[in-house]
Amino acid sequence: MSIQLSNITKQFGAFKALDNIHLDIPEGELVALLGPSGCGKTTLLRIIAGLEQADQGQVFLKGDNVTEQPVKNRQIGFVFQHYALFRHMTVFDNIAFGLRVKPRKQRPAETVIKQKVHDLLQLVQLDWLHDRFPDQLSGGQRQRIALARALAVEPSVLLLDEPFGALDASVRKDLRLWLRHLHHELNVTSIFVTHDQEEAMEVASQIVVLNHGKIEQKGTPSEIYDQPHSDFVSRFIGQTNVFKIEDHAHEWLKHTGIIIDEPQGIVAHVRPHNISVEKPSDPAKAPVTLRDWQHLGSLIRLELQRDDQTASPTTIYAEMPNEQFKALALNKGDRVAMRIKHAHWFN
Amino acid sequence: MPGFRPALGFTLLYLALIVLIPLSAMLLKSLQLTADQFWNILTSKRVLASFEISFGAALLAAGIAAVLGFIIAWTLVRYPFPGKKLFDALIDLPFALPTAVAGIVLATLYEPRGWIGQWLGEVFGLKVAYQPLGIVVALIFIGLPFVVRTIEPVLQEFDSAMEEAAASLGANRWQAFSKVIVPNILPAAITGFALAFARGVGEYGSVIFIAGNMPYVSEVVPLLIITKLEQYDYAGATAIGMTMLVLSFVLLLIINSLQWWVRRRSGQL
Repeated sequence: MSIQLSNITKQFGAFKALDNIHLDIPEGELVALLGPSGCGKTTLLRIIAGLEQADQGQVFLKGDNVTEQPVKNRQIGFVFQHYALFRHMTVFDNIAFGLRVKPRKQRPAETVIKQKVHDLLQLVQLDWLHDRFPDQLSGGQRQRIALARALAVEPSVLLLDEPFGALDASVRKDLRLWLRHLHHELNVTSIFVTHDQEEAMEVASQIVVLNHGKIEQKGTPSEIYDQPHSDFVSRFIGQTNVFKIEDHAHEWLKHTGIIIDEPQGIVAHVRPHNISVEKPSDPAKAPVTLRDWQHLGSLIRLELQRDDQTASPTTIYAEMPNEQFKALALNKGDRVAMRIKHAHWFN
Repeated sequence: MPGFRPALGFTLLYLALIVLIPLSAMLLKSLQLTADQFWNILTSKRVLASFEISFGAALLAAGIAAVLGFIIAWTLVRYPFPGKKLFDALIDLPFALPTAVAGIVLATLYEPRGWIGQWLGEVFGLKVAYQPLGIVVALIFIGLPFVVRTIEPVLQEFDSAMEEAAASLGANRWQAFSKVIVPNILPAAITGFALAFARGVGEYGSVIFIAGNMPYVSEVVPLLIITKLEQYDYAGATAIGMTMLVLSFVLLLIINSLQWWVRRRSGQL
């Protein structure tokens, strides 16, 4: 195990930020700590780094108990949300900082430092910026310099706090893929914090979903998406339609031929792509009205409205490929038939 | 840019009324002297000594105030403690206090039988009041708020994540302080130093009560100017005033270019 957390608890006054967290992260993984704001994910990352102390519990890095060690002895690389580059130093000096502050005996010669910094700058593809100051760089460039600076000390673990949070959408997309490729190349165990589930799905090899200071679920992106363990995870990852069975929803679902399953819980979560929409054989008996639709690129999202305005949910979202939608040739206000192909049940 | 003409006009008018016209009047007055007379006044031993005292004491005091002010600003920004608001308000007191009051209070405290002077004399054998050292003490008192008030906002805005970044890269506390915090604060500290120095060079009220005002030993330039005026030696007074003006201007220019160099080296320009 590269990172092991046992029984981590942290309280801020009366607020329990982290509640008895156990987590094992194997060598070489790229892990996303995912959760809504205030769920404790950044606090957990800072406790692993040593920037914050847990009230209880232990942190192990590569098998060593580092709970009492200050951040400077933990051999971690930390990339801050707003990069925290040293404003008064050039890009080169920023990256060289970690090497130059080493104790004299371990400090490499200036020529070695120079070579190493240029190697790192080439790795992040920004060698031409070595004599600039951080204020002269774009957000994406700063991000990559911050990463190069953290990598200069050859950390055993790389920790990134909302690494793409402060970037515009197009830069963010490129950087996500770039980070994933970089991780393949370096294979250093990495954890990043994010509140964006799409980002977590796209970049991470493992996702840890946090809520209210507790781990809701841990697994690969497909496990998290296809087999959510809880109501919270299912709602938080991707879009979902929530049918509460106690308010006669199940009767309605069965009666209209939408669902055939017997209920396996009190709440049914249905992903939009698990709902198929068809032209009805008899429009009078069709259960829902097509109110509107939106283009999501290759997919179309349909807004389907139930007649009963007090039912929950009144609006059901379905998704289907663009081509298929064109073939159906539907108009706004058409009565349509729908069928639920798969549902997740929760109590 | 809209509003350029009225804004520039107003600025020039202000400069002319408050700065340029009085200064040119002074220049004209000093032109009544021949070059030889001018030179003789300036190179008289008493005048030279007073220049040395004024500029020396102001530089020393500004230097000490810069260090003390940095520590005070650091304490005010970094640590919570009871009575912090009150302490913060006290910093500005030298701005508001009539300088003569400050001078008399300092002289009373530091004189050989005063509360602090007595103790300093017994323990260290040090005399402060009625000595050149007294001038330095008065100028530190006057200059301190300039330093604190210029450094404080910069420290407040300092991104503490930079300190955490330094620690995560293996820097110890001293390295984080000297390599990350100090370089970021330095331009503000230089500004504070320059303000304290400029104020100190021209300080009159608080100094004359504590200095002892012995010619050649503890007589500052502003006092010498007053003395000349009292002797109806207007030309002599303006000659000294003129020289002081030029010297101060040159020194401030040097400090400003030092500032510019520091900023440039640290990517702030």
